[in-house]
Amino acid sequence: MLKAYLIKRALMTIPTMLILLTIIFLIMRVLPGDPVAAIVGTKAPPEVIQSVTRRLGLDQPYHIQYINYLSDLLRGDLGRSMIWGRRPVIDEIMDHFPATLELSISAFMVSILIGIITGTEAARKFRSKFDQVLRFYGILTYSLFIPWFGIMLQLIFSVYLKLLPVGGRIDPFMEPEKITGLYLLDSILTLNIPSFFNALSHLVLPSITLGVYISGVFTRTVRSNMLEVLRKDYITAARARGIPENVVVYRHALKNAFIPILTMMGLQFALLLAGAVLTETTFSWPGMGTFLLERIMYRDYTTVQGTVVFIALLIVSISLLVDIMYAYLDPRIRFR
Amino acid sequence: MKCLLNINELKVYYFTRRGVVRAVDGVSLNISRGEVLGLVGESGSGKSTLGISLLGLVPPPGRVVGGSIIFDGIELTKLSADEFAKIRGRRISMIFQDPMTSLNPLMKIGDHLMETIMIHENIPKNEARERSIKALEEVGIPPERFNDYPHQFSGGMRQRVMIALAILLNPDLIIADEPTTALDVIVQAQIIDLLNNLRKQYNMSILLISHDIGVVSEIADKIAVMYAGHLVEMADVDVIFKDPLHPYTSALLRAVPLIESKYEKLYYIPGSPPDLVNPPKGCRFHPRCPHATDICRTREPRTVSIEDHIVKCWMYCDTYE
Ligand SMILES: Nc1ncnc2c1ncn2[C@@H]1O[C@H](COP(=O)(O)OP(=O)(O)OP(=O)(O)O)[C@@H](O)[C@H]1O
Ligand SMILES: [Mg+2]
Repeated sequence: MLKAYLIKRALMTIPTMLILLTIIFLIMRVLPGDPVAAIVGTKAPPEVIQSVTRRLGLDQPYHIQYINYLSDLLRGDLGRSMIWGRRPVIDEIMDHFPATLELSISAFMVSILIGIITGTEAARKFRSKFDQVLRFYGILTYSLFIPWFGIMLQLIFSVYLKLLPVGGRIDPFMEPEKITGLYLLDSILTLNIPSFFNALSHLVLPSITLGVYISGVFTRTVRSNMLEVLRKDYITAARARGIPENVVVYRHALKNAFIPILTMMGLQFALLLAGAVLTETTFSWPGMGTFLLERIMYRDYTTVQGTVVFIALLIVSISLLVDIMYAYLDPRIRFR
Repeated sequence: MKCLLNINELKVYYFTRRGVVRAVDGVSLNISRGEVLGLVGESGSGKSTLGISLLGLVPPPGRVVGGSIIFDGIELTKLSADEFAKIRGRRISMIFQDPMTSLNPLMKIGDHLMETIMIHENIPKNEARERSIKALEEVGIPPERFNDYPHQFSGGMRQRVMIALAILLNPDLIIADEPTTALDVIVQAQIIDLLNNLRKQYNMSILLISHDIGVVSEIADKIAVMYAGHLVEMADVDVIFKDPLHPYTSALLRAVPLIESKYEKLYYIPGSPPDLVNPPKGCRFHPRCPHATDICRTREPRTVSIEDHIVKCWMYCDTYE
């Protein structure tokens, strides 16, 4: 039952992916400039330009290029980068993905922590001054400009207080031995304590920047869902049994409010990735965002397309995962 | 019988945007140990508000604004949140109207009981489990349903679970707010029987709230009648049925369809209950009262007691002062 539903959901994303792919394909080619110029420069002689163009297959009409690209993709081949070493796109992505994943996970945890606490407390103190301040926070963070906020944090904590590094992911020669590519995890697995703290100190500011940016959405979602759940009879009934208020709120109510919040979290994942791009550039974080911007600049068609496909697949998998968790959390769905 | 609960001039108001809703406006009553007091009245008369105030759980914007509630020598209105939490579920427990929504949908039935025991008593898990199973058996739920979720239970079964939760720690007082209203007639009778048996077995007091005086009369020793935030009459069940004093009580009795009485046809009380933000001056029942006189329209009647029979009506105030 659940499996059939999940398969259907997965199939339903195919048209969306196709449309997305087509749009990216067209945008890249409509933009002025091409990868050839990036490789050989604008002053190269026409023969060189021609031969490079042929080698990259860019002399073909757009529809042929498009069909070739799709048929490669169907075989699971993201193609090769169009510039420099012409490495497989998937390798290039995998070089940068762990950095983004690490940033996203920690930013997500920051935002959930902030979102759950502020949202829950706002709901508990419904309509109080405190509630109003937190509602304002929810709106404020949503309209927060990441580079500005990031630079403010850098100024305060790095430049002025000198507590944390300004940018980067880790200091040179401090990288832990690669297992997963997530520095924190790898340094724990290899018991490399200096690396752990070095990576952590780099992670703090970007995670807070990105975490605060998406936390506002959580604050509002948690607040409104908690308000609804706190009004339910079973909450009054739990209080009437003498269950302490904090247990009622953080165990009984939060778990029930969490089901709709989970959906929201799945949706926020796209926002998280978008925010990650800006955060990464602000903090010179060597992740997918920095990478994608760079390759857009060079008009590296295949890499940009491949990265977008990869990110889209990621978003789709996350929302499927959310559905599975949904079923796991709610016995009414699980037992159907 | 020894007095367990003494409510004196209790006032519970809701401070809404529309104005102050005087849901409970100066109610006094006593409940003895082992006694079942039925609290009846039309919708909106303040019964639930009175009930929930005994647990200190009046929802905002509501608040206890005056009077006292003395439970076994403890002044409940002055308790701190922590002190109150220790009484809830252990010494005073509650059964709610809608069993479909009163259980946490994400918690197993058994966990509801175990959690309650372990919050109040410092005992090992397996002992809590045994006692939970025993409590469920007592209300007629087999042990194999222990790990089921609420949605796997029918309404009647869920109300049994609520009752098991209410008797679990052997409390002195159970507040049952319309415990059968949401159930069909046959299940209603079973639940009332169950309550009656348990109450005899454990010698618990029950405040049984209902808009249906017929249901209440099946197990209540005494009946209290509320109208628009006031307690208008209180006496033993037989007395209320044989010899109601307040015109509102008589009207309520005439509206009972099933009991054998001298009133033949189903009767509806004309008019509707007053708005508690702007209640009528004088006696709150006067706009609907067939016996209303001038004084009823201008001044609120005192509460007089004729032996154990309490009534708040000008017809029984001898002197008009
Ligand atoms: N949370 C609340 N906020 C504002 N007013 C309320 C609230 N709860 C109850 N009231 C008001 O208080 C009055 C008494 O309500 P209460 O629920 O105590 O009556 P009741 O006798 O239990 O009625 P019913 O038979 O419908 O359950 C009503 O006028 C109601 O509108
Ligand atoms: Mg009620």
